[in-house]
Amino acid sequence: MSRPHNSSSPGAFGATLRRDLLLSGRNPGDWVNPLVFFLIAITLIPLGVSPERELLALLAPGLLWVMALLATLLSLDGLFRSDFDDGALEQMLVSPQLLYFTVLAKVLAHWLVTGLPLTLLAPVLGVMLALPADGFVALCVSLLLGTATMSLVGAVGAALTVSLRRGGLLLSLIVMPLYVPVLIFGASAVSNAALGSAVGGQLAVLGVFSALALMLAPLAAAAALRICVDSY
Amino acid sequence: MPTGLWAAQANGGVILAELLLRLEQLSCERDERPLFSGLDLSLHGGDLVQVLGPNGSGKTTLLRALAGVSEPARGRLFWRDEPMSRARWAYRQALLYIGHSPGVKAALTPLENLDWYRALSGGSQRDEGRAALAQVGLEGYEDIPCFQLSAGQLRRVALARLYLSTAPLWILDEPFTAIDQSGVAALEERLQAQAAAGGAVILTSHQEVRLPGLRRLNLRDYPPVDPFIDEAGEGDHVPTS
Repeated sequence: MSRPHNSSSPGAFGATLRRDLLLSGRNPGDWVNPLVFFLIAITLIPLGVSPERELLALLAPGLLWVMALLATLLSLDGLFRSDFDDGALEQMLVSPQLLYFTVLAKVLAHWLVTGLPLTLLAPVLGVMLALPADGFVALCVSLLLGTATMSLVGAVGAALTVSLRRGGLLLSLIVMPLYVPVLIFGASAVSNAALGSAVGGQLAVLGVFSALALMLAPLAAAAALRICVDSY
Repeated sequence: MPTGLWAAQANGGVILAELLLRLEQLSCERDERPLFSGLDLSLHGGDLVQVLGPNGSGKTTLLRALAGVSEPARGRLFWRDEPMSRARWAYRQALLYIGHSPGVKAALTPLENLDWYRALSGGSQRDEGRAALAQVGLEGYEDIPCFQLSAGQLRRVALARLYLSTAPLWILDEPFTAIDQSGVAALEERLQAQAAAGGAVILTSHQEVRLPGLRRLNLRDYPPVDPFIDEAGEGDHVPTS
């Protein structure tokens, strides 16, 4: 008798990715909300603080990063919630696919509809905040790495709180401390670049964060999902 | 199909069916409340088992434990005589589980839902989805978002997976819920075909299921025993079947 081997087919990864992107396309509210939040929050800063170019240029790196972080946080709650509610999550757990890759496909889909658009929107808002021209490349690269890390780490929080009806606040409390280092290195990369200094170090650290998150976060999220669904 | 061993084999005039799943002294609890204990069951190819019991007696909990969604409180599971911890991957490839919630995405069409399940279980051709949906009476609904379908039709989308599946073991939680009479008859026919092909089905239902050879397992016959007495060896009881 041929022994079934431990394998996870690339077809299943692609199918889950395609399914989640399709679902995002059909429920635009889920991913448009964080973008609109990002846009509105940044637009209001010059009105509420000061329209002075020097001051805005000084604040821009931190503001863009903090708002991008909060926008990501807004989008996390629904990551596994609908799959949990309609029973699809149980099906992922009992399927002959490694849960690591199923979770990774879902996180990738989440990043493609939140992190990536946030990264693309950030330079436009940077212009609005008079960010010096030298800072734009660092802004895009740091947000590209940073939002990926935040989606991955956020998945762990979303998985841990999936069985709670109102897990939003708890999710923020779990995830926020883990976002702090990303924020510090991300924002300092952009402000250093805006001042014309080297940013290789900060970007390298952000790269390390995202590589670590890529390896460990889906494992932790998968374990958390098993525990939450088991004890539900 | 990975193996032809599921098929019942005639051996010297005695029909020997392959042992698929074995439960040994299984006990389940929910929120620390014991539901049943000491459940022994052997599931061979060709077996149809209906789990009975009043609401809250642990039918869904049992099926979730069997499917590997949750861990039983005590007891052991064997898949083809291998402990479940070692046979987990083989087991998942041999299992079709339809839970209490059908797992159908409301924003997707029936065909998209089936396509995802097909990819997840790593099997069959793409155009088989339409044929399977036609089998469950959803012809013409393939490309309509599921939120426009009725509860019974949603259940039928999930049940269409039965027509795509080559898995030897089916675990079905309330498959007849919200299904009309002709649908129930078609489903019973499909379950019988599965048993005839050497597969096994374990299901729960509050309706009368009319299938030849159906075994009934009443969870009331396995009342929870106090775990402390059980460990001291004084809680032994003979289950009546």
